[in-house]
Amino acid sequence: MTEQIPLEKSDQLVVTEGTTLNNVAATRIAKLSRSSVARARLASPWGSLLAIVIAIIWTVPTFGLLLTSFRPEADINSTGWWNVLSHPSFTLSNYNEALFGSTTNLANYFVNSVVITLPAVVIPISLALLAAYAFAWIEFRGKGILFVAVFALQIVPIQVTLIPLLTSYVNLKLAGSFWTIWLSHSMFALPLAIFLLHNFMKDIPPSLIEAARIDGAGHVQIFFRILLPLLTPAIASFAIFQFLWVWNDLLVALTFAGGTPNVAPLTVRIAELSGTLGARWYLLSAGAFISMVIPVIVFLGLQRYFVRGLLAGSVKG
Amino acid sequence: MGDFLHNVGLWIAYYWEQLRVWLLDATDPVHKFALMLVVMVVFALVMGGILYFVGGSRRMPRWAVLAGFVGPALLALGFGLVYPAVRTMWSSLYDRTSTNYVGFDNYVQAFTQNEFQLVLRNTLIWVVLVPLLSTGIGLMYAVLVDRTRFERVAKTLVFLPMAISMVGASIIWKFVYDYRAYALNPDGSEQNPQIGLLNQMIVWLRRALDGLGIHTGLEPQQILLNAPSNTLFLIIVMVWIQTGFAMTVLSASIKAIPADIVEAARLDGLHGVKMFRYITIPSIRPAMVVVITTIAMATLKVFDVVRTMTGGNFRTSVVANEFYTQSFRQGNTGLGAALAVILFVMVIPIVFYNVRQMRLSEEIR
Repeated sequence: MTEQIPLEKSDQLVVTEGTTLNNVAATRIAKLSRSSVARARLASPWGSLLAIVIAIIWTVPTFGLLLTSFRPEADINSTGWWNVLSHPSFTLSNYNEALFGSTTNLANYFVNSVVITLPAVVIPISLALLAAYAFAWIEFRGKGILFVAVFALQIVPIQVTLIPLLTSYVNLKLAGSFWTIWLSHSMFALPLAIFLLHNFMKDIPPSLIEAARIDGAGHVQIFFRILLPLLTPAIASFAIFQFLWVWNDLLVALTFAGGTPNVAPLTVRIAELSGTLGARWYLLSAGAFISMVIPVIVFLGLQRYFVRGLLAGSVKG
Repeated sequence: MGDFLHNVGLWIAYYWEQLRVWLLDATDPVHKFALMLVVMVVFALVMGGILYFVGGSRRMPRWAVLAGFVGPALLALGFGLVYPAVRTMWSSLYDRTSTNYVGFDNYVQAFTQNEFQLVLRNTLIWVVLVPLLSTGIGLMYAVLVDRTRFERVAKTLVFLPMAISMVGASIIWKFVYDYRAYALNPDGSEQNPQIGLLNQMIVWLRRALDGLGIHTGLEPQQILLNAPSNTLFLIIVMVWIQTGFAMTVLSASIKAIPADIVEAARLDGLHGVKMFRYITIPSIRPAMVVVITTIAMATLKVFDVVRTMTGGNFRTSVVANEFYTQSFRQGNTGLGAALAVILFVMVIPIVFYNVRQMRLSEEIR
């Protein structure tokens, strides 16, 4: 029973992975109809003004810091960024110093972020694909209960796991290496990944699988020839969620690599600099944008593909 | 012969050690990238191997197939979630070094000592305000920009904070809240012009009111240092991050309201605010519950914002941050574990409500 929880429901219950994942739900709901209209707009000048005010509050802080990151240090400290028109001088030296200067050395942490993120996206997806395949297409005793158990693990806050995990890593002599972060992110992502991929797999018409079986295809052929191509959009969208989640994570990285500059990602370093650099905004502003550029590009660039993937994945067979 | 075996043993031990060091201590970028690639390739090979070995043969017994497919994931979940969670509950009953059993002392401490009561109170404020404000603003914005010419751009602007890290968002707002001591030169100009926008707005307001002959004496504030208002200014950051999510989900569910319902209501003479009140809100109620509970869960676990902006100082700490401080800064494992368990327990009712509401809305449909 439980393994047939419909898609809409599943996507809304996102517990451990932070809220970005819930866009799944959003797009799902959106699929129903873009054309059906609910004109409940409070169409008035006041309404428009309110919308503009909200848009400004959501944009200006970022814009201000972005502008600041390109201003010379002296200008930043003597005038606010809104005075930029009376002091119009720009420089890239903040970025240069933030990336390569010895106080910040963010280039090193940028490399760490990349090295952390890619395996932490690939590993859980592969593990989850195998498990989801078994849950969806292999009958076995206790499957229902096991699947509910995996699903329920989503509610475990990662805080509950951190200290014992750290102890385990120390015992395994992995402490202070990339492995701790790769493994942690992979394990934390599994409940949701298995759950989502299972639901997408369940949406593939069973007749397709049956036909392949009758033709003599084994699990491997079914997996690679039939499921994987159909699942690509679903995998891609989960990959983007996981990418953003890992790249933007602070807690896991701080716990396992907080004191290890060779492993710590950008978020850890920036959070640290926020405390120590205090008023050196020329470094902090540039640093913040160095840490943001990749997720923003991924998000803006793949937004449409991602939505399309969700739409394709959620069309019931 | 014995010498030979001994040498082979040494040789193996030597290369194993070399390999171990290579796998664990990557220091230069080239090494790091190489390690990353090796890990991904080896992992792919292992997974492919499992798939081919157990799934490729039709004679393979079912238990072996299952073990190959589900086994790795279950092992990872057991090692990474189940065992640590049980272990943490266990150590929450022990003292700071996990040596002596202390019963529920850690919990008693967390609920009775002033500093931790403050932490719980702050968490409660966060969990009430962030979901309500994010959902309220997100809904309002979704309705306001719905079917306008600028809808796509307007939505992206509000949604973008979801893509960046909470650390990044915290830096952005820390700059908005930046403070310079307020002092005037003899000629009336400021000695240290504000560079934080919010304090500059206070200065502008003061000047404007002065111009009107109202002398308020308003001065720039140490926004992040002044309790209790600093908690509210941290909450603003979280609302800023979460509103995009609420807006996207609610906007989608507004668009999914069947056109005939809207048409019927319009024929009955409903417009503007009334339409919003009697048609839009009831129609999207399930989505709103999901949004509110989801944001509430994220807010309970908020750590990055507090850590980056105040480090939990100046009476701004919340449970998730205090957990970190106690566990990893104060070395109080018992109390840290108790705080993590408290967090866990606080999440559960929200999850249940979330699931129940979704069940209900499924039935209605």
